[in-house]
Amino acid sequence: MVAVREAHLSIGGGEFFALLGPSGCGKTTLLKMIAGFERPSRGRVLLDGVDVSDVPPWKRNVNTVFQQYALFPHLSVADNVAFGPRSRKLPAAEIDQRVSDALDIVRMGELAARRPSHLSGGQQQRVALARALVNLPRALLLDEPMAALDLKLREAMQLELKRIQRDVGITFLLVTHDQGEALTMADRIAVMNHGVVEQVGTPEQIYQRPASLFVAGFIGSANLLPGTVVDRDGEDAVVQLCAGARVRAAGGSHVGVTEPCTVMLRPERLRAVADPPADGRCVAATITQVVFQGASSRLEAVLADGASVVTQIESHHRPAFLQPGQPVWIAWEPGAAFLLAGWPAIAGTSGDVGRVEAPR
Amino acid sequence: MSGHSLIAARAGRWALNLYAALGLAYLFAPIAVIVAFSFNQPSGHFNIEWRQFTLANWQAPFADRALTDALWVSLRIAALSTLVSTVLGTMIAIALSRYRFPGSGAVNLLLVLPVTTPEIVVGSSLAAMFLGQNVIDFGMVTITIAHILFQLSFVAIIVRARLRDFDWTLEQAAQDLGAPPLRTFLTVTLPLILPGILAAALLSFALSIDDFIITFFNAGSTVTFPLQIFGASRVRIPPQVHVLATVILLVSVGLLVAGTILEHRRRRPNRVD
Repeated sequence: MVAVREAHLSIGGGEFFALLGPSGCGKTTLLKMIAGFERPSRGRVLLDGVDVSDVPPWKRNVNTVFQQYALFPHLSVADNVAFGPRSRKLPAAEIDQRVSDALDIVRMGELAARRPSHLSGGQQQRVALARALVNLPRALLLDEPMAALDLKLREAMQLELKRIQRDVGITFLLVTHDQGEALTMADRIAVMNHGVVEQVGTPEQIYQRPASLFVAGFIGSANLLPGTVVDRDGEDAVVQLCAGARVRAAGGSHVGVTEPCTVMLRPERLRAVADPPADGRCVAATITQVVFQGASSRLEAVLADGASVVTQIESHHRPAFLQPGQPVWIAWEPGAAFLLAGWPAIAGTSGDVGRVEAPR
Repeated sequence: MSGHSLIAARAGRWALNLYAALGLAYLFAPIAVIVAFSFNQPSGHFNIEWRQFTLANWQAPFADRALTDALWVSLRIAALSTLVSTVLGTMIAIALSRYRFPGSGAVNLLLVLPVTTPEIVVGSSLAAMFLGQNVIDFGMVTITIAHILFQLSFVAIIVRARLRDFDWTLEQAAQDLGAPPLRTFLTVTLPLILPGILAAALLSFALSIDDFIITFFNAGSTVTFPLQIFGASRVRIPPQVHVLATVILLVSVGLLVAGTILEHRRRRPNRVD
């Protein structure tokens, strides 16, 4: 079985880098290759320019924070943290100094004598972090570090992790299936699917200019409208939507004329209006549902080809015509429409991965 | 609840307690008899009839020379066979738990065979095997080999059970932190499975001291503790049998209690190392 097919990545020193993808996309296998627990059948792993593909994990200067932390249950917090320095046979005085420094960084100094079984999930995570950081690794690998924490703690730890990374200046490589986590913490993100890295970029690049249908659907929510490229006009493509309208979209320069394509529209950049704007950046739709969600309401509409579109409207400024069953124009500002190659498996809105598949 | 069913419930509880008490009495009565008769002043060759309380037997526990020699033989065989079977059995258990290799399923299954095979079959087939060669004579060596044979399965099965919920990512974590495989085993794996290994070692020691049938077939002229008692019981049962049996009992119970206390202390919260 092939878990990772293609992954060309270079991660800079001191960077907070995230490997993002659905479960089974190969991101954990890739992490294990970097840690040394898996050997790539082809290709190489370079660390500081040196090929470490054949170096066993205990000789690699990278450390891992495991998903369930893998703290040694028979050792105290301090002994857990001292495990790395002791394995490397550092002088006792230096070990003590390093252990207390590492515990201070994660604010666990007071619980140094405890056993892991007497710590909360968040505290265990901090110990796992200190146990890895104490070795001053060239890179710190984090395998779904938040998966075992509850939602509230998870959000606090995301910011905490970001602070620690800034403080110590060590390269962090985070593996996660949670796009929010990756967007919050990472400087750069690699999105993986089916063993292939589909896009590498900053959170903003990946969100605004996704390289594929999969990336567009996986990050945030997106309205995906199928169509065909009919013309090119400089940077823009002119697209005949299956829903009938002819619109302009940026990007997708690799999509040729007459080829199938998809126009991506992020919900927050759409407006629901009574009359079509003069610039023609709009499609006709019929409102199916308006759901009150507090400050904003979620408006769902269906296009002529059956594709559904979602946008947010302000709850306290809801015009009278925005009622289920009423016709509406979905309009957007210049630059909001982005072109992607291929057609989505299911046209329309997609916020979850299950409904979007990358074209083969 | 009506008064009637309340009485029924109370009666049921009494019956259950009585049943439990009878069960325990059934289990412990023979042991109590052994301990009691170690303080008896026997009348003839057989220490089977209560005459009079004495400490004389306890003051001369090794008075019966042949019995003492036999005990010494048994202890040496038990020590050596337990050491070998514990090390080998633990290695088998780790290999079976950690790896899937061709034939591992078969090994898993065959492991219980020596435990389930009747001892008479194991003993006689081993004797036949030892008879068919001229390298080793019947004696300490053949008994030790025979004991290792059945101890091995017990050790492997017990340690494998302990390893069933072992978190192998702990080994990955240790290696990740710079510990080579041997150091990983000694500092992480071994301390965590040690209670299981010690329990297995205690059991195999007891099995070896205790074994009669397999030993009988493979002993040659060597006499172990059970063989000596069996052989002598037709002419005499000296009170030292009861004394030494009580000592063995006390030592086993003592080890068991010590093991339990150690395990308990290990799990006590907030221990400062």
